[in-house]
Amino acid sequence: MNLSQACAAGAEPILLAPTGIGASFRRMAALVKRYVYLLRSSGVRIIELIYWPFLQMLTWGFLQKYLADTTSTLAQGAGVLIGAVLLWDILFRSKIGFSTTFIEEMWSRNLGNLLISPLRPLELIAALSAWSIIRLAVGMIPVAFAAYLFFGFNLLGLGLPLVAFFAVLVLTSWSLGLIAAGVILRYGLGAEELAWSLAFLLLPLCCVYYPVSVLPDWLQPVALALPPTHVFEGMRSILLHNIFDVRDLWWAMGLNAIYLVAGYATFRWFLASARVNGTLVQLGE
Amino acid sequence: MDDRVARYGYQARAGVNAAGPLPIAVRDLTKIYGAVTAVDRISFTLQPATTVALLGGNGAGKTTTIAMLLGLVVPTSGEVRVFGADMSRNRGAVAHRLNFQSPYVDLPMRLTVRQNLTVYAELYGVANVAERIAYIAEDLQIAALLDRPTGKLSAGQKTRVGLAKALLNAPELLLLDEPTASLDPDTADWIRHKLKQHAERRGATLLFASHNMAEVERLAHRVILLHQGRIIEDGTPQSLIATYGRDTLEEVFLDVVRGRAQQAQGSAEPSAAAELKAS
Repeated sequence: MNLSQACAAGAEPILLAPTGIGASFRRMAALVKRYVYLLRSSGVRIIELIYWPFLQMLTWGFLQKYLADTTSTLAQGAGVLIGAVLLWDILFRSKIGFSTTFIEEMWSRNLGNLLISPLRPLELIAALSAWSIIRLAVGMIPVAFAAYLFFGFNLLGLGLPLVAFFAVLVLTSWSLGLIAAGVILRYGLGAEELAWSLAFLLLPLCCVYYPVSVLPDWLQPVALALPPTHVFEGMRSILLHNIFDVRDLWWAMGLNAIYLVAGYATFRWFLASARVNGTLVQLGE
Repeated sequence: MDDRVARYGYQARAGVNAAGPLPIAVRDLTKIYGAVTAVDRISFTLQPATTVALLGGNGAGKTTTIAMLLGLVVPTSGEVRVFGADMSRNRGAVAHRLNFQSPYVDLPMRLTVRQNLTVYAELYGVANVAERIAYIAEDLQIAALLDRPTGKLSAGQKTRVGLAKALLNAPELLLLDEPTASLDPDTADWIRHKLKQHAERRGATLLFASHNMAEVERLAHRVILLHQGRIIEDGTPQSLIATYGRDTLEEVFLDVVRGRAQQAQGSAEPSAAAELKAS
């Protein structure tokens, strides 16, 4: 088809049905395509996805190596720290992927265009979630491979539970991402810092680098109410004792379901509040 | 099943009667932000295939009104219906039938023009994406810009690209917020020509906010004049000029924003023009 034929064929748009599952998937795919275009537009962005997890892995890997040489218990559980940092990065990077992609729409003053288009809020969230996994894969697969090369730590050695760990951490990250996105929608880019720091609130509580038993008695129920705690406890159990308790994971999944519903409700509440307060009109200005 | 359907084929399924409801029906629309009443009990309807200008000074309530029509802002009270759909609750039923352009809303800067148009064409459910973009690019003279990053374009080029995005789905209702703001006269004139062309070709309804009186006189069949959130006047540009006894719409606008219209409002309508003439 030459240009004039293409032009003639495009004089009238052929419009697809705007409702139904197919339409929803098309809109989500369109948004994910926008994020792929964005990532492709800058090599620095791709390097940035790998850079921080790689530095983290190196730092904790060397610490692990040092401790393993000096402490027999840790030598027995070689990989506990490096495993912890890789799993923590799954949670942290997935959360950052969700939040920063959302913030990117505000930076580029594009959110208004999206919110008046046929895109539904749930489709926006689904696209952000899908994209956070793609970003995670781009960043974490090379780093996990490097952990094996540098320190002989095989993340896949965690076996099938790794899939469940991954799912628990990603679902938690989406709950946090939804809350951060909602707050930014309502309060503008002034609340951007929250998007970056929210996951760090969990760092001391979900026992990334130490067992729950280290926490004071009164704080342990709080830690156990957080899904990632069960992941890090499970990882240590596998690496130190070769034991995997599946009940822990079911518990974490149940908690995640509650947090996801709460996260989505919070996002919708802030979105509704932004529509009432008129903050959507001022976005990016 | 092939889900390519005729433009109006799916509207019945979406619960919206394409033939019946007006493009826009606004009743007692009010928006209050804290102590500020941005829009104060305005009511108006737009007939199909008309071009209507929203005029008013800064803070008159134009942008807030357009934001409520788009569903970006929820009214404090009153009702906004677009093609019969309540925009506070059922925006999704009609979102594919309208579009919006404003120099204050950007497209992602790092994406090329083609990438941006592709994403939005798919969001609006356009099936013949490549052909549609080729057609619009030719029509709006942006074919040479298609593979350039949107952020590298001049203001005039960005406006044309924004208009291309707004026309991708050939909207039946096009809302525009100051469509020619900060453009040179030549580009602004060209944009106005294209808007008029779209309205005539599609039988589309256009509602635009503007501070450019020449633009309003050239494009609009009807002018809604807002002042402090209220509709002060509603008529054709010619009838407003005659009512206020002025030579241009700009003079009418100045009367309104400088408060002389409020004086006129206090008196009976037939005498408003005489009173203003005396002033």
